[in-house]
Amino acid sequence: MPEQMTIFSLPVVTGILASAVRLATPYLFAAVGEAIGQSSGVLNLGVDGIMLLGAYAAFFVALTTGSLWLGVLAAMLVGLLMGLLMSLISVTLKAEQGISGIGLYMVGLGVSSLLFKVTIGTVKTVVGFKPLKIPLLSDIPVLGEILFQHSLPVYAAFLTVPLAWWFLDRTSWGLKIKAVGHNPTAADSLGVSVDRVRYASVCLGAVLSGLAGASLSLALVNLFQENLTAGMGFIAVALVYFGGWRPVGIMGGALLFSAVNAFQLWMQVLNVKIPSDLAVMLPYVLTIAALALAPSLARQPTALNKPFERGEH
Amino acid sequence: MSIRRFSIVALAVALLAAPLGGPTVAAAAPFRIAIVMPSATTDMAFSQSMFSALKAVQKEMGGETALQIAYSEGMFKVPDAAAAIRDYASQGFNMVIAHGSQYGSSVEEIAKDFPKTIFAWGTDVNTFGLPNVYAYTAAAEQGGYVNGVLAAKLTKSKVIGVTGPVEIGDAKTYISGFAQGVASVDPGIRVSKTWTGSFSNVALMAEAAKTHIAAGADVLTGSSQAVVGSIGAAKEKGKVLWFGTQYDQSSLAPELVVASQQYDWTGVLKEMIKNSKAGKLGGEKYVAQLTNGGLKIVYNPGFALPKDARAAGDKAIKGIQSGAIKITP
Amino acid sequence: MPPHGTAGTVRPARRVTFDWRDVGFRAVLPALAMVAALLIGAVLLLLLKADPVSAYAAMIQGVFGSVSGFTQSLVKATPLLLVGLGICIAFRASVINIGGEGQIIAGALMATWFSLAFRGWPGWLLLPATMVAGFLAGALWGLIPGLLKVRLNVNEILSTVMMNAIGIQLMNFLLRGPLIDPAGVRAGTFLPQSERLPEHVWLPRLVPQTLLHAGTIIAVLLAAAVYVFLWRTTIGYRIRAVGLNREASRYAGINVPVYQALSLTLAGGFAGLAGVVEVIGVQHRLLEGVTSGYGFSGIVAALFGGLHPLGVVPASWLFGSLLVGADKMQRAVQVPSALIDTVLGLVVMFVVGSALLTRRWAARRAIVAAKGEDR
Repeated sequence: MPEQMTIFSLPVVTGILASAVRLATPYLFAAVGEAIGQSSGVLNLGVDGIMLLGAYAAFFVALTTGSLWLGVLAAMLVGLLMGLLMSLISVTLKAEQGISGIGLYMVGLGVSSLLFKVTIGTVKTVVGFKPLKIPLLSDIPVLGEILFQHSLPVYAAFLTVPLAWWFLDRTSWGLKIKAVGHNPTAADSLGVSVDRVRYASVCLGAVLSGLAGASLSLALVNLFQENLTAGMGFIAVALVYFGGWRPVGIMGGALLFSAVNAFQLWMQVLNVKIPSDLAVMLPYVLTIAALALAPSLARQPTALNKPFERGEH
Repeated sequence: MSIRRFSIVALAVALLAAPLGGPTVAAAAPFRIAIVMPSATTDMAFSQSMFSALKAVQKEMGGETALQIAYSEGMFKVPDAAAAIRDYASQGFNMVIAHGSQYGSSVEEIAKDFPKTIFAWGTDVNTFGLPNVYAYTAAAEQGGYVNGVLAAKLTKSKVIGVTGPVEIGDAKTYISGFAQGVASVDPGIRVSKTWTGSFSNVALMAEAAKTHIAAGADVLTGSSQAVVGSIGAAKEKGKVLWFGTQYDQSSLAPELVVASQQYDWTGVLKEMIKNSKAGKLGGEKYVAQLTNGGLKIVYNPGFALPKDARAAGDKAIKGIQSGAIKITP
Repeated sequence: MPPHGTAGTVRPARRVTFDWRDVGFRAVLPALAMVAALLIGAVLLLLLKADPVSAYAAMIQGVFGSVSGFTQSLVKATPLLLVGLGICIAFRASVINIGGEGQIIAGALMATWFSLAFRGWPGWLLLPATMVAGFLAGALWGLIPGLLKVRLNVNEILSTVMMNAIGIQLMNFLLRGPLIDPAGVRAGTFLPQSERLPEHVWLPRLVPQTLLHAGTIIAVLLAAAVYVFLWRTTIGYRIRAVGLNREASRYAGINVPVYQALSLTLAGGFAGLAGVVEVIGVQHRLLEGVTSGYGFSGIVAALFGGLHPLGVVPASWLFGSLLVGADKMQRAVQVPSALIDTVLGLVVMFVVGSALLTRRWAARRAIVAAKGEDR
């Protein structure tokens, strides 16, 4: 039976799409979080570092306590702390955001590896979140397998999309965040505390990045290793631009990127004659191409990457 | 500005350090080995295979007083590794192990400057014609062949998946041997391979394994430190068997790992230490093989391996040892 | 990205003066910030049961204690400086270039291919031609995101991040196929590295038995050239104008997209040159991992240097010294190398965090000075 599989046969297409949904999970958490922070005007390049530390914390706590939920909580807490550190440097001390983010990344990479060495030391695995078939929905042919047979963190990641949309576009908090991101001086004159809004946005984004890490170490790979994320956080930052700061657009980007990745894996499995190095390149090329060819609706927060100092302008 | 900034720190630290003196030097004269390796000492694969061997030899020789070990891990960047190799040599270590094929050019250059230091490097067979360089490598295709025979005996779906980062070095030879082993049992079994292009992207490696499983594979194998992701995937799906290489990976999934090809460098290390005490500092190459104990097939005691499969595996080992089975790397 | 830091960068109209007293003064707080970061590192060392005093002594000694250590810090500083110069140009035009890694690879690949393909050429021709070719390859790697940005409105952060990944995979592909060392194929090792480059394309070594090569001198000369370019030429002026105020530049008749694309192209070219000198100056062949993360740490060096070409010279040397010293420290006290990343990350965050206080302090000083001198 496997002999008849081609890249366009139904089981393969189903497999690709199911993989895409699964692979998109960490990108979704992290990119939606980054979009919230950027909407308030703070570019956080340290996403990868937060993900790493979140992944480590989740894994370590789950390994020692046996509770996955405590692990998730730990990842969120670590995310919050990293968010506070980033805010302190970038908002209160008004540092160059690009560079403080790279610093944060290095700290996250270093501390997570260091703690891993000291506390765990070798490769171990946990029993992570099990696939959870949603009753009825998961029985739908094809669609059920693609969408409704995943583990809890996968569903949660997709749930953040409408939640973030609602939060940013439909609540007064969201409006404040956008106001601060587009015109901090005006927001300030209206009595909105720019710094406080930026702190909250960056921290919320960082908590989501922590969750992105946890989704890796507790659901997708069920282990921790030094530099587990391998640069996923940077891709997540790129996806924010792909999605034009809109959660739905980010979801589109994450799904596209992941689907192409899954596609190239299947091409290799099905022995399609193409050098693997070139196949691996596909997701990156197509993501650029898709953004280049799609009509751009992006509205970059005007004050992105600009520290706000009252009375400076 | 930075010059001044730095000199302040320099001054402060120098003042602090002055009364306490420099780093202490041990009084006795143990044999000192420094190792430079690309990944972590705990990677359950290439780097750990050598580091564990060093630790084992150290224990055998009588601990720190007899054998002192210094290490630099995570040396993916060749120039940094070269600096480390040079520095260890200038610190007077008896032997410096450059544990990565990519360090070859650096070893060739540095070894000439430190004729009294032993340089061991691998995996390769080239000693550059230098009297103080040892080369070591592993005939990974041999264990690959045995694993392949076992895998062919155990697969029911007749589909076997292979995952790896990039098709080079011992990953290439291992998988080449594996495919020959499979074919020796049943040429109709399909061995499909995926390469993810990254040594560190565990998530993609895990997804590659899941893709193999979705395509019908019920036995998986692979090389490099990122394969732990694949093992995690195999574990999640259950009933998918795993074959390890480079290091005994049984502990990662005791219910799924059938056997691992383990690199055992202790023999090579002891040989080199013995030689050096006799005054021979290099010029030889070692190939870890099933015949000389440098390669071992470690059956996972926790896995109930059917008798006929075990017999076929053992037969393959004997065949390779006697030379009856020829494998092209 | 609004530049702050060294003197005179805020108002481009004024001539840039380099007051060393001022520079020294501005170094005080960053220095304290660095000490604070290193103190946290000391606590971590204690937690790892290592002696922080001998650790830091080893760090200093690693750079200043030997010829090989000191030259190594310069060897590391060279690609950082080259990448940093490109970053200066891009960031001055408000274009964020995170694509240094890919651009380094493009330059290194081109240098490798070019010098092997034209190995028959004499050295005086081959060496400069290789450098130009590598520069152009890096520039192409910067031009693509540049064009995507100005023509198709693709954000450069996205495209440069993606171009990095594409560059890495391209190198993987070429090093396993077309560019692989034939000797490795014959020996059956299939090591992903290129053939050794012809000796007459190697940059001369400045100190025997070290890796210090003439590329360091070239990089410093280029820093001066970039300074002249940005502050003494019309094109440079326009690049800076675009970065300071896009709208005003447009009204002034400057073709904004052209200068943005140009700045990204030049940034790519300099990063490409960093790849060239790594190949023909240090390794003499192309190996995987040729970028060593310089594409990212070059950004840090550029910002430490206040986005000023002459400031990047000491900043990249400082960063290079930190990297070399930290490796030495790892070897001396045998701590996991992850500690190094942590401490360096803290240094980066603390130093960049101290910029505001320095600026405020400087502003106050300027007011006092203005009252006294009344210029």
